[in-house]
Amino acid sequence: MINRKNILHNTDWILVSLYFAFVLMGWLNIYAAVYNENHKSIIDMSQAYGKQLIWIGTALLIAVAILVIDQKFFTAFAYPIYGFSLLILIIVLLFGREVAGSKSWFRIGDLALQPSEFVKFTTALVLAKYLSAINIRMQDIKTKMSAFALIFVPVLFVLLQNDTGSAIVFLAFIFVLYREGLSGNVLIFGLLLSVLFFLPLLFDKLIIISVLIGIGAILFYLMRKHKKDLIALVTIIVLSVGFVYSVDYLYDHVLHPHQKQRIDVLIGKQTDLKGAGYNVNQSKIAIGSGGFMGKGYLQGTQTKYDFVPKQSTDFIFSTIGEEWGFMGSSVVIILFVILFYRILLVAERQRSVLSRIYGYGVVSIFFIHFMINIGMTLGLFPVVGIPLPFFSYGGSSLWAFTILLFVLIKFDSNRLSVS
Amino acid sequence: MKTAFSNRKYIIFAIFALVGFIYISRLFYIQLIDQSFKLSANNNVFRYITEYPARGLIYDRNGKLLVYNEAVYDLMVVPKLVKSMDTADLCKLIGINDSTFKSRIDKARQYSIYRPSFFEKQLTVETYGFLQEKLYKFSGFYVQARTVRKYPSPIAAHTLGYIGEVSPETTLKNSYYKSGDYIGISGIEKSYEEVLRGVKGVKIKMYDVFNREKGSFQNGKYDTLAEPGKNLYTTLDADLQSYGEKLMTNKIGSIVAIEPSTGEILALVSSPTYDPNLLVGRIRSENYAKLLVDDLKPLFDRALMAQYPPGSVFKLVNGLIGLQEGVLTPETRYGCGGGFSLGGGKSVGCHIHSSPNDLIHAIAISCNTYFCNVFRTIMNDKDFVNTRDSYVNWRKAVMSFGFNKKFNNDLPNELNGNIPSAEYYDKFFGVNRWSAYNIISLAIGQGEIGITPLQLANLAATIANKGYYYTPHIVKAVDKKNYVLTKYANKNYTAVDNTYFATIVEAMFQCVEMGTGRIAQLEGVEVCGKTGTAQNPHGENHSVFIAFAPKDNPKIAVSVIIENAGYGATYAAPIASLMIEKYLFRKVKRLDVEASMINANFMNVIKKKK
Repeated sequence: MINRKNILHNTDWILVSLYFAFVLMGWLNIYAAVYNENHKSIIDMSQAYGKQLIWIGTALLIAVAILVIDQKFFTAFAYPIYGFSLLILIIVLLFGREVAGSKSWFRIGDLALQPSEFVKFTTALVLAKYLSAINIRMQDIKTKMSAFALIFVPVLFVLLQNDTGSAIVFLAFIFVLYREGLSGNVLIFGLLLSVLFFLPLLFDKLIIISVLIGIGAILFYLMRKHKKDLIALVTIIVLSVGFVYSVDYLYDHVLHPHQKQRIDVLIGKQTDLKGAGYNVNQSKIAIGSGGFMGKGYLQGTQTKYDFVPKQSTDFIFSTIGEEWGFMGSSVVIILFVILFYRILLVAERQRSVLSRIYGYGVVSIFFIHFMINIGMTLGLFPVVGIPLPFFSYGGSSLWAFTILLFVLIKFDSNRLSVS
Repeated sequence: MKTAFSNRKYIIFAIFALVGFIYISRLFYIQLIDQSFKLSANNNVFRYITEYPARGLIYDRNGKLLVYNEAVYDLMVVPKLVKSMDTADLCKLIGINDSTFKSRIDKARQYSIYRPSFFEKQLTVETYGFLQEKLYKFSGFYVQARTVRKYPSPIAAHTLGYIGEVSPETTLKNSYYKSGDYIGISGIEKSYEEVLRGVKGVKIKMYDVFNREKGSFQNGKYDTLAEPGKNLYTTLDADLQSYGEKLMTNKIGSIVAIEPSTGEILALVSSPTYDPNLLVGRIRSENYAKLLVDDLKPLFDRALMAQYPPGSVFKLVNGLIGLQEGVLTPETRYGCGGGFSLGGGKSVGCHIHSSPNDLIHAIAISCNTYFCNVFRTIMNDKDFVNTRDSYVNWRKAVMSFGFNKKFNNDLPNELNGNIPSAEYYDKFFGVNRWSAYNIISLAIGQGEIGITPLQLANLAATIANKGYYYTPHIVKAVDKKNYVLTKYANKNYTAVDNTYFATIVEAMFQCVEMGTGRIAQLEGVEVCGKTGTAQNPHGENHSVFIAFAPKDNPKIAVSVIIENAGYGATYAAPIASLMIEKYLFRKVKRLDVEASMINANFMNVIKKKK
């Protein structure tokens, strides 16, 4: 039986330690990113690092609160919580504040909150709740449709807020669905789509189509014994060719000019280092100039003299790269991979299906942030404004990531008491 | 707990780990392999601010200022800081129109929005004055001071030379220069570039992204101080130079004056000349283009680069070589019947004069026949196997006077001149198929021979020194007036022994005293001179005169060439005489002669008188 008097009973200390390590490193780098000889006091509330201290403090309170609350609150009320978060998204759409082109902010006094950050949590939770219900099988069309609907509704609202970055994060749930039985072809199909999206921007369409048909012909020959698969193959090839032709339309009519620019910068079509490519270029310069050991804490010239825009938020990794070098930045990446590993381990050891699925939701969200954010600072991903978990300055994201992680820790601490 | 899809956890973790691995590899590449990012980071934050030293000043031999520096003002713009303003007002102030304004802002923006670009170079002092008052209205604009060369009096343009922006080729060859730096392009500015320019200093400053200065790098540990350029004291006499240029008004030609006892060039006049102030500042390129296409070639330094047949002046050299070779004595006499017959009805003509003459009188009255005989005896000297051998020996002796070669002094752009080689005649006439008669025009300084005005003046100085010359040079001292260069303190002896020069000096004295150069006489001074008339196949003959004075202990040696002015006696001689008077007395009393010389105009003489 569980000891109800000790809320820290069965807590996974490795996850908690990782959390504290990330938050501490995050704050140190935010301090470095906005460091300025005129504001040396660490509790200066006019500076980002001062405010971040408040966010960290409150995040810890939230963490403790989660550990205290009965976990049934989350499992039983998963749908209402989800519904409430959607309501907030609608309200923000109507009454929110526009920041940098995205209408996704709430302002309460001096506090600015971004509800879309929290919707990642509520969606992970509701998805876990839905998929863990009895009689639910991933293979059923109805299950798939419902699961996609649960993911898609918040995506729609986030897109309406003009916050593409946050919307892309919801792609993370593909990993969850995959783990629960969605065909592996979805991952392959997703990969194919993204490759097919970028190729026509780089190469002549006729070449790509010739190659596609060539590959199709070879596969056709190899699979000539399996009549059923041949139909699928032909369908895929035809769809691919069609997609290649629609890329131009998508690119020209669906994407916003700034999104097009960011893609152009990534694929090297646009090398305007003073315009759209400026952020990425300066970020790469900062990281690249760090060398093996880095320039030393608070010694980064790119960082100190503000050459990297948005450095305390989206481009925080460039500070790490510049001041801590290859050593420091590799350690951060390895720590993230350890975090992913630990969460997967924790998820897999859950008896409750809901807990496991939720655990996958958490790790998938962390991973996609990690992949996109660091990829963008390294020039491997288009510029998408999403934070690096626990590192980037910002209260909403820190709170949301804390909630995501600590609800999992809470579930995990009860793993033995649930059948 | 095992479920149906349990194994998929491996695939998912493999994807996560793979992305982690890719990112570490990428970090490995951009942080450890690719060095370009380090450089970019330095370029971002460090600004290497060059401290330009003041270029050295140039003085004349008496400490009179010839070249100094004047501050000019460049209007700079930092596009990022430009706010809405009354552009029409600014345009009006600096005299540009609205579209020029826009294109310049765009150009600056293209370069950098944070860093300053030139908006308008070298504002005049007046514009600067007006602008300074209104500058507060034009946010993003500021004025940066630089210096340009200025010339208190517009003289010696060719000699002083000019500076200009360094060429891309030079910046590749010499790492000292960066694009936009100034370098001496001609004249003294070029030959003494390294002395005049000083050494640039560098301050390393750190800047943030808004171009705000963040102090010096490591407290200036790596900064270097600029060393100012050294001043130069030239050998020029500014008054004499100025006077020479005045005398050459409306004439094409050259005056060179040398102090024989040192080789110091007192005046180096090339006419037509130009005001050196024209090749300075924002008016420079326009003026340069104008000067370049001018038919009279004012940029061409005739004193160093024009090559003339010296005419009868060259008889002095032949006389000296004849004496040295022992084929001539001062008492040798030749009769003159109006010319020197070359056989076959051809002859070298001579003017009417008393006959026969000894060497001194032959020079004084400039007898062609006499020197054709002298030249013939030199060529037929029995000491040598044949004419060719004699000629080779003669040419060597001639070259010992500084002809057919550069002095390699501190004046750039001088030309060799030309004393034809034996090989040239071999080619022209055929080997062993030429004799003294074929090349007899050399006897009287005509034909293929080419001598520059500087070489001619040096001849006068050599004779004045009785047998040697100091390499003519233009700079006397570097840095301090009494720190005199010793580079040119060696005597260059000619192939003719000094004992033979007394006769020639006397002959030159007689030339002015009673011969063809009488017009060069100067009261109270024993002037020695020799007239010459350079044949000009393109038009009227050139008037040539060389002289030195006083006869004993000479202070000045002069060569004067006036193109298309006819006989040497008519114009070159009085001008040389006036130069001597100006230099020795600092004042010219013969105002009538002076006036007629200044007023003489030979600019438009083209046709040769038949």
